[in-house]
Amino acid sequence: MTELLRIERAAKRFGEFVAVDGVTLTLPAGRLTAIIGPNGAGKTTLINLVTGAFLPDSGVMHFKSEAITHLAAHQRVHRGLSRSFQIINIFARLSVLENILIPVLSRRRRTAVSFHVAQRETDAIAEARQILREIGLGGKENVPAGALSHGDQRLLELGIAVGPAPELCFLDEPSSGLTPVERSTVLELIRKFSAERRTTFVIVEHDMDVVFSLADWIVVMNRGQVLAEGPPAEIRENRAVREVYLGEDL
Amino acid sequence: MTETIAFQGLIGLSLAMYLWLISAGLTIIFGVLRILNFAHGSLFMVGAYLAYTFYGQMGLPFGVAILLSLLGTGLLGFVMERGFLSRIYKVDEAYQLLLTFGFILILDDAVKIIWGGVFKIPPIPAFLEGAWPMFGKSFPVYNVFVIAVGLAVAVVLWAVFEKTWWGRIVRATASDREMANAIGVNVPRVFSGVFVLGAMLAALGGAIGIPVRVVAPGIGTAMIIQAFIITVIGGLGNLKGAFLSSLIVGVLSAYGTLFFPVFELFFIFAIMAVVLLVRPQGLFAR
Amino acid sequence: MTGRLSPRFTTPLLALLVLGLFLLPWIAGRYPVYLAMQILILAVFSLGFNLLFGYTGLLSFGQAGFFAVGAYGSAKILLAVPNLILGIAGGVAAAGVAAFLLGILSVRHTRIYFSMLTLAFGMMIYSLAWKWRDFTGGDDGLVGVPRAPIDIPGLLSISVAAQDRYYYVVLVLSLLAIAAMYRLVRSPLGLTLQAIRDSEIRTEFAGVPVRKYRLVAFTIAGVYAGLAGALLAPLENTVTPPIAHWTMSAEPVLATLIGGIHTFGGPIVGAFLFFVIKDIIVRYTEYWLIWFGVIVVALVMGFPSGIMSIFAQRPK
Repeated sequence: MTELLRIERAAKRFGEFVAVDGVTLTLPAGRLTAIIGPNGAGKTTLINLVTGAFLPDSGVMHFKSEAITHLAAHQRVHRGLSRSFQIINIFARLSVLENILIPVLSRRRRTAVSFHVAQRETDAIAEARQILREIGLGGKENVPAGALSHGDQRLLELGIAVGPAPELCFLDEPSSGLTPVERSTVLELIRKFSAERRTTFVIVEHDMDVVFSLADWIVVMNRGQVLAEGPPAEIRENRAVREVYLGEDL
Repeated sequence: MTETIAFQGLIGLSLAMYLWLISAGLTIIFGVLRILNFAHGSLFMVGAYLAYTFYGQMGLPFGVAILLSLLGTGLLGFVMERGFLSRIYKVDEAYQLLLTFGFILILDDAVKIIWGGVFKIPPIPAFLEGAWPMFGKSFPVYNVFVIAVGLAVAVVLWAVFEKTWWGRIVRATASDREMANAIGVNVPRVFSGVFVLGAMLAALGGAIGIPVRVVAPGIGTAMIIQAFIITVIGGLGNLKGAFLSSLIVGVLSAYGTLFFPVFELFFIFAIMAVVLLVRPQGLFAR
Repeated sequence: MTGRLSPRFTTPLLALLVLGLFLLPWIAGRYPVYLAMQILILAVFSLGFNLLFGYTGLLSFGQAGFFAVGAYGSAKILLAVPNLILGIAGGVAAAGVAAFLLGILSVRHTRIYFSMLTLAFGMMIYSLAWKWRDFTGGDDGLVGVPRAPIDIPGLLSISVAAQDRYYYVVLVLSLLAIAAMYRLVRSPLGLTLQAIRDSEIRTEFAGVPVRKYRLVAFTIAGVYAGLAGALLAPLENTVTPPIAHWTMSAEPVLATLIGGIHTFGGPIVGAFLFFVIKDIIVRYTEYWLIWFGVIVVALVMGFPSGIMSIFAQRPK
């Protein structure tokens, strides 16, 4: 498998608190990875470092062999790296269609000053509609995103993340707050996008059912470090992991 | 020359105290309620007018007049916070800013309607008249009084916030209002109390200025801009920073009129902009 | 986004309104024509302000600074070269450059810090207008700014000195500015700015260089403020420092708030209501600001989306 992302000795501290403490990790293309670990293990901080929400204190990151350590977040998106958010982060006052149009137009570099009317960007709109149909929001194009149900907002969050057609996409707790039915819908979508769009997903998840049914590879983090990584079967048997998760259902 | 510089420094020090009093109120309100009270200058103005009414028109003793002015302005602050601001804490902060801006328009015109548009300068109370010789010139006793009041307020505020139970509750609320709520602090009451205290500090600044500064409708909008500059330089919500930057701005503008009177205003705003750009947390943040 | 009235209903209405505006000097006296110019100028000023506030989510308290740059810029040029095209274009360009340069610094912040920073920059321009006597005339301002002819050497020269004629300059330029803004907010750029307003972080992670877009919005808002100022200078024949003061920045804020920040037409309707309400109030009392204060408080407490939100359809 070809290497997509390489993180070497990445570290980030906030005051006294070391959120990420020397993480080295390689992600190959096409392998669906899940990052798990207790609260405060540094999972979300790691996503933030990789996607450029803030810069690491030390360490380097390469994406498709290019150094991205100091690139701005939007530059990383244009190189094929996108993400979703743990707390739903959508454009509440824009319509559902416009929500998807933002990343699509951005990828097509159509957001610059132009006297085109957005509603006439037919190819971009066709692409956005296609994404909406795939995530099952096809009938709700003109609804303001803020008026959607929680489950639909999660789907839209996923839609915005895959809108830039990323090669690598980080999903931060994509199933949080969902009903079992909605959860299986999201799972199906992630599988479908992996297969059909050749997007490599990395998910951060608390729900172990989701993790073990979806992931090809599991990375366990604790206190800012990688405790263990391997295929699900191996992680299930790992003693150190069991200690960290003592009392949690594995 | 050195004597002129020292004397001008003293003038600047008394000037700094008005700035400190209004900025102190603005700072604690921002620190706890996270609202930038655009109408704070108007409270300063209302304090000045009320003190003028009680002292200059009704002839009450100066101290009593100041006290009544504080109570009146405090009441006004209570109405503003309970009746209006408290209802929109959850709304985007731009609307809070716009609401306090609406208060400016109302209070500035209300003052003109009640007291008329003319300048008023009541006499200096007899026991504060006169001047002391200092650095070869005579320094007004009244300025000494103003400096004393400003410093006293600084000491009292420090004691209240560092040493009292209420002060600790307020600081807890300022750093995390959800947490404070969770441990049983009555957050809305703290907010009201802090807003009233802030309003009274502004009123005190306005009231003690009446015999030496003019009482006029425009003083509120002039003061709020200076108070913004000071709270920005000191760091929004940082009381110690507000005190130090009041001193700096007060003394600098005293020297400013001495050395480069023409661009005084420009430089002060330039300093504000530079601080916002380079050190938005203020010059005195730890 | 809020819905709009059906175009079947609005298009003829707008056409009628524009026709009425073009016929105004024939059907109305001097004062209504003067008032119409004031309204159009404030509408342009407010549209720029609302591109920042309503669309991009940035509350600027320094727009009067760019208004003043436009006004002083056009006044200085017109006093030296009596050519209206040069005067207005020069004022707009000066305001655009000033907004671009100060914008580079201003858009580093958002929220209250942005508001404070723009306040500081606006007041720096104010103090220049006041104290840089050699250039600005100090508190006397610049007087005798001519309504110079529209002059293209060797081709045409049209006198617009009469108020009715100058009215058409203001009307045509304002309508063009309104039309341009209408297209702009519906372009991908306008959509992206609204996305930034709703979630800056989300927009950045959709691949948009957010700060650059804020700068574009800031510069355009400055150009609109500059155009408003450049149109005002020949209208009033004088330019004085108070137009740069932060209380002047409040005018577009009031107009936009009254009209509504979430509709395109809000600032235009608001500019109209601002002058009409003011005109009515000043017949009874000189204290008109207090009533605007009451309106602002009522709007913020009651329905922050403004008057126009009453007419907007509820989203389906």
